[in-house]
Amino acid sequence: MSPLFLFLSFVALLSALGVVLAKNPVHSVLFLILTFFTLSGHYLLLNAQFLAAVNIIVYAGAIMVLFLFVIMFLNLNEETEPHKPALAKFAAAIAGGSLLLILVAALRNVSPAGYDPANFDSQIGMVDKLGMVLFRDYALPFELASILLLAAMVGSVMLGKRETGERNF
Amino acid sequence: MTLPALGWQGLVVLATFGISLLIATYCTYAERVIAAFLQDRVGPDRAGPFGLLQPLADAVKLFTKEEFFPAGANRALFVFGPCLAMITALMSSAVIPFGGFLQFGDTQIHLQGIEINVGMLYVFGIVSLGVYGIMIGGWASNNKFSLLGAIRAASQNISYELAMGLALIAVLMMSGTLSLREITLQQTHVGGGWHLSDIFTWNVFKQPLGFVIFIVCAFAETNRTPFDLPECETELIGGYHTEYSSMKMGLYLFAEYVNVFVATAVMSVLYFGGFNYPFQYEFLDFLTNKTSLSADWAHNIFVLMGVVAMFAKIFTGIFFFMWVRWTLPRFRYDQLMRLGWTILIPLAIFNILLTGGLITFGVIQ
Repeated sequence: MSPLFLFLSFVALLSALGVVLAKNPVHSVLFLILTFFTLSGHYLLLNAQFLAAVNIIVYAGAIMVLFLFVIMFLNLNEETEPHKPALAKFAAAIAGGSLLLILVAALRNVSPAGYDPANFDSQIGMVDKLGMVLFRDYALPFELASILLLAAMVGSVMLGKRETGERNF
Repeated sequence: MTLPALGWQGLVVLATFGISLLIATYCTYAERVIAAFLQDRVGPDRAGPFGLLQPLADAVKLFTKEEFFPAGANRALFVFGPCLAMITALMSSAVIPFGGFLQFGDTQIHLQGIEINVGMLYVFGIVSLGVYGIMIGGWASNNKFSLLGAIRAASQNISYELAMGLALIAVLMMSGTLSLREITLQQTHVGGGWHLSDIFTWNVFKQPLGFVIFIVCAFAETNRTPFDLPECETELIGGYHTEYSSMKMGLYLFAEYVNVFVATAVMSVLYFGGFNYPFQYEFLDFLTNKTSLSADWAHNIFVLMGVVAMFAKIFTGIFFFMWVRWTLPRFRYDQLMRLGWTILIPLAIFNILLTGGLITFGVIQ
């Protein structure tokens, strides 16, 4: 394990904890952006440059901007945060703890599959290789996923559209 | 790559960093001189010859002004906002190829910070992060005008990033690569032929519609007039930097000029042939065969002329940005959104279809 990998993992875990533990939602969003950056760093270590760049563009650059946008509009902060009853907190702790237990139990005996150094193609994460695989071997799933996204987009436009006669603020 | 070569590349990165800062500094001067020229005034001419020391005087003024923190502001994020704006602005110039490579014996120095095969996506990713500096600063100010400016910046950047990305796809369809160096090298004829065709290999002649879309989006992404809605002073006092003073304000202004520099540099690379210039191979031929220079030095002078050409294109672009700023009035916010979503994006998709059709029928390659 390279020091870079350890450092990235450390920052990733720390910022992921920050997302959950931060009181201020804006701080949570910023920690989440940092988490995406460390994930992109991991992609770079795996020589998947395209995935790293797209992760930054789509998640850090677009989706999180919208998150921040909405949170700024809602003006959430510590004073207006609803206080949940102790029972709900207790139930949440139990549910989260059992999920952690299951994950640890499931992954305890797994050994990494490893790779065959003789046949391993270090260029597999490059954009041209990825494009070839995506548009030749997985063309149908790719197109289906794009139709799914299109349907979601049309649906959200329909929901947000004003009915005729509705007032324009 | 050996370690000495990495050392040289490190120096190139540092030089790129310094040049970005220097150009941003003198952009503040150029902006005022060009404004004065366009409005038939004299402009700054007191500090040094032709007022050339004006940026220094401005810096001293900004550094010595009072540091102000508004009541109820989130102090950490209030400081973090301008820093982030500056960091993201400076990061993107690292992958821009300013020239070919210099040859000293066995050592080759590429005049580009780092060459990565997804260079275009890298620039695009960093540019899309640029809005965080504005959003965080505007929100942390605890001022409704700042918040409105921040929210405008966010929606404006997201809207225009889409059209910009679609305009880029048409270029990438022709080039078949995301590497900025490769894209530059494709925009030239190797060898003889009709000399003037050196210019017509530039992408701007193959992608005129894409270029227009790209430059409009570049104006919006750098928050320059006519799209400077986030700091629209007639409605929002100063927009996202209303509460900022001293050098924190300076960093925001600086980041804008660094962004303009990077945007024009990317535009030169993508559409204007980067470090290629007309008659370059005739020039190289002349240097090699008609002068007594060694082969290395003939090559180096040829490359340095390319750097000069690249910066000439960049400065022309920066002048164009400033020219537009003092010519066009600001858009209204609904006009901005309508332009982005209902005109630029459909046009960009049409451009992709057109490019795809032309490539399929072999009109362009």
